[in-house]
Amino acid sequence: MQKDGDRSKVFARRVVLLGGGKALLVSLLGARMYYLQVMEADTYRTLADENRINMRLIPPPRGHIVDRFGVPLAVNRQNFRALVIAERTRDLEQTLRAFRSLTPLTDYDYQRVLKESSRRRSFVPITVRENLTWEQMAVIQVHAPDLPGVIIDEGLTRDYPYADLASHILGYVAAVAEEDITGDDPLLELPDFRIGKAGIEKVYDLPLRGKSGASQVEVNAVGRIIRELRREEGEPGHEVQLTIDIRLQDFASRRLGEQSAACVVMDVHTGELLAMASMPAYDPNAFARGLTNQEWKTLASDPRAPLRNKALAGQYAPGSTFKMVVALAALESGIMNAEQTVFCPGHLRLGNHLFHCWKRGGHGHMNMTSAIEQSCDVYFYEVARRIGIERIADMAHRLGLGSPLDIELPGEASGLIPSKAWKTATLGQPWVQGETLVASIGQGYVLATPMQLAVMTARIANDGLAVRPTLCRQAVVDGGLVPQSPPSFDSIGVSRQSMAVVKNAMWRVVNGNRGTARRSAIDVDGQTMAGKTGTSQVRRITMQERQSGVRSNEDLPWEFRDHALFVCFAPAEAPRYAVSVIVEHAGGGSRHAAPIAHDVMLETLRLDPSRNRVPGQTAAIPRDAPPDAPRTQNGGAEMAAGPATGTNDGSPPAGGPLQ
Amino acid sequence: MMGYELMTARMRRGEMTLGEKLWQVSWSFILLIAILAAIGAVMLYSAANGSMDPWASRHISRFGIGLAVLLVAALIDIRQWMRYAYWLYALALVLLVGVEVRGTIGMGAQRWIDLGFFQLQPSELMKVTLVLALARFFHGADLSDVGRPLFLIVPLMMVLVPVALVLKQPDLGTALMLMAGAGVLFFVAGVRLWKFVLVIVAGLGAIPVAWQFLHDYQKQRVLTFINPERDPLGAGYHILQSKIALGSGGLTGKGFLQGTQSHLNFLPEKQTDFIFVMLAEEFGMLAGMALLFLYVIALIYGLAIALRARNHFGRLVAVGVTVTFFLYVFINIAMVMGLIPVVGVPLPLVSYGGTAMMTLMLAFGLLMSVWVHRDVQIGRRGAYDDG
Repeated sequence: MQKDGDRSKVFARRVVLLGGGKALLVSLLGARMYYLQVMEADTYRTLADENRINMRLIPPPRGHIVDRFGVPLAVNRQNFRALVIAERTRDLEQTLRAFRSLTPLTDYDYQRVLKESSRRRSFVPITVRENLTWEQMAVIQVHAPDLPGVIIDEGLTRDYPYADLASHILGYVAAVAEEDITGDDPLLELPDFRIGKAGIEKVYDLPLRGKSGASQVEVNAVGRIIRELRREEGEPGHEVQLTIDIRLQDFASRRLGEQSAACVVMDVHTGELLAMASMPAYDPNAFARGLTNQEWKTLASDPRAPLRNKALAGQYAPGSTFKMVVALAALESGIMNAEQTVFCPGHLRLGNHLFHCWKRGGHGHMNMTSAIEQSCDVYFYEVARRIGIERIADMAHRLGLGSPLDIELPGEASGLIPSKAWKTATLGQPWVQGETLVASIGQGYVLATPMQLAVMTARIANDGLAVRPTLCRQAVVDGGLVPQSPPSFDSIGVSRQSMAVVKNAMWRVVNGNRGTARRSAIDVDGQTMAGKTGTSQVRRITMQERQSGVRSNEDLPWEFRDHALFVCFAPAEAPRYAVSVIVEHAGGGSRHAAPIAHDVMLETLRLDPSRNRVPGQTAAIPRDAPPDAPRTQNGGAEMAAGPATGTNDGSPPAGGPLQ
Repeated sequence: MMGYELMTARMRRGEMTLGEKLWQVSWSFILLIAILAAIGAVMLYSAANGSMDPWASRHISRFGIGLAVLLVAALIDIRQWMRYAYWLYALALVLLVGVEVRGTIGMGAQRWIDLGFFQLQPSELMKVTLVLALARFFHGADLSDVGRPLFLIVPLMMVLVPVALVLKQPDLGTALMLMAGAGVLFFVAGVRLWKFVLVIVAGLGAIPVAWQFLHDYQKQRVLTFINPERDPLGAGYHILQSKIALGSGGLTGKGFLQGTQSHLNFLPEKQTDFIFVMLAEEFGMLAGMALLFLYVIALIYGLAIALRARNHFGRLVAVGVTVTFFLYVFINIAMVMGLIPVVGVPLPLVSYGGTAMMTLMLAFGLLMSVWVHRDVQIGRRGAYDDG
């Protein structure tokens, strides 16, 4: 019994110890519970919400891009898609077969749906077909009972109704690339989202994009949506209005046709661009849809560079269109006046170099007006020799050449106006006088874009206001849109008298008896056009080629032929529009560029809404004018049609390269 | 007065009528476990998104059957339990070997025998019969016997054989519970503390060896326990989601049927192993503490019965049952709170699952039997030669 008592004592002691141990462990549980549920409660509450709440972005509709009259150029098209939810079908394959009997479905898509459904959870919708027509959608909806699990979903796709007519201005949208994800906009993470990749679509991407809406949904552990908790509507993208008149853009693009060419139409007072065509172009719809490798290669390797906006990024020797710059530099320098004559024997000798005039026999005695009218090279060699390259370069810069014009598009080239300092800095060689002579006829180092040539012409036409080109009625400020401030341009500091001389000479180019563009004259209600031809030599015809029978430009391979240029403004009496045209590798400017400019200018005048109200009014086109007003009201249509075709086809073949 | 004296005398000799025995059953304890089971039913109702089906109703009926098992076990004379202790242990061992052999032959890692209304797991039965067998063994042992190391070889074997079989299944949780429960019995039987230290040190030394024998998923569980964020979408997912559910429940919870973690299925196995988390998510820490408090009361009952019993066998059985119960509670709650690895132990009386319920009700029946026969004196040599 004593032993049993010991045993009991030990037992009792140890049971108490055991109870103490258990109490300790239970306290541990309590402490842990307190730690998790009270001290760390906020952390875990957040985690629980992160678990169950999913943010789903609602992409906003992208803003439209419209022309100056509100005609939509870039819109969103409804895209009907058929989706299938596997768990709602009785048998996925059976549903797909039924779908196929109603709407065409490729084997590839059929297999793709089956493959995706095996990979994904059964409640995730899988796209069966995109871009359904309205009829196809109707058929599917009527047969809904036979198509368990099929739902129709409506998305928005970017659409460019004018296809390639304004592609270089509008640009295009495409899928977001890795390097595009810079900001914190969650929209960029959406798989279907498209952002602007070129043109206005790129520059105005932020305002066009809008603000995303969000829908908070509760999901369970496998991601199925249980219910929507909160919804925040987004903000649709803003509408961007261009200064382009799509009818004129359309006309200019078609008039350039298949040639590799560019054409710019600009309001000389406001700098608004009414058309900026660059051909050939591309279809931005193809980019929005996604290009195949083959399509991309074809576009990228085309020698006529459809992807390049030649009006802005193309740099060309301006040829004789540069002669106005030299003339103005001479007049403003006081070294020469307009009446001083220079004798043109067909060439000018400098040292032991001969500088030829385009006209073999020479022009005889030339003053400034006749030298511009007949585009005499020797006259300008002589003028340049007297005034020097620096004065010419200075005037070129004042007229808008040699530096970018800060238009609302990317990829603008700066052109090139050479000077002594430039040559020393870039080539490390001293300037030689012969180069001044070559520059005076817009050859050699001189480069300009069609846009710069239009600006140059506009600044002459408006008597020396430093007009700058603009393409858009709004500007982007901090990602939002603000209306462009009304233009006020400084003077470039050229006297009206000098301008009058040059403008008169340009008038004679088109309207004079010996003018190089006399076949492209216009007369609309007594309003005429002034202009200047230019031919920019791509490559000199060598002596060997001359001997082997190459006489003229047409005998050379395409890529070595001359560029044809023409700049003009109208009405000459009260200038409102400036046009520049360049046709790559076409030949002489008077034959290949002037007729195009002529047609475009006629169309520009025909479409001018102010002409239909108060004749002779010089104000810019009213911004609120209805798009169809000019077309229905006046007789300009016949007028435009007549001369346009006549000039194109009816002109007699020229004897040689005209300047 | 006389009647009471008479009765205690008869109780001492174990001569009680059925009615007297029923009177002696601790009905307050029965009420306590009924409350626990009711809490389980409420949570199972919530786990089924507000439905009695499929869990809550079956939980209640199983508790009813369990209650019957408890009462039958409680009314059986403690001396009978002692007499058949080794036989019951042997039966459990045979069944354990049986499922092992059968599982090896055909059905993979099958751990149970289908009895129709519930599935009998021999390893669960072993938790009870091991307590009985060890209690019987130590009942007949002096402190001096217990002090001899060689004397301990037999009870050690009684523990290690089933542990080895259970480990082979493999069921780490049950094996650990068997060892821990047995260890406590050794402890209260008077085995010197330095021997435990020796065994623990030897056990720690054996860990690298044992590691080799662990299945990959068991290794994963241990590694995941050490660093749950190691693999948040894989093995660590359960612990992490469990902690999120607990923490987000806060002090007062999200409300009945409002637990987002459990109802949106982020919480794994919410009706079985993780039901405590669901309770704590929907009713907060206060409910968790309250449940813990109810368990503590049940444990106090158990230990009080152990201290009150006059016979050593009964004391040991009471301690063994209480410890087993405590291990269930502690392992489950510690596991869902990320204190120990996930080993798959249900929360007693609350979790859905027939086997654990039956084991526990049988164990509580033994506890009640100890209480009812607390004054019965049993000779050193055993029940049958007592007379």
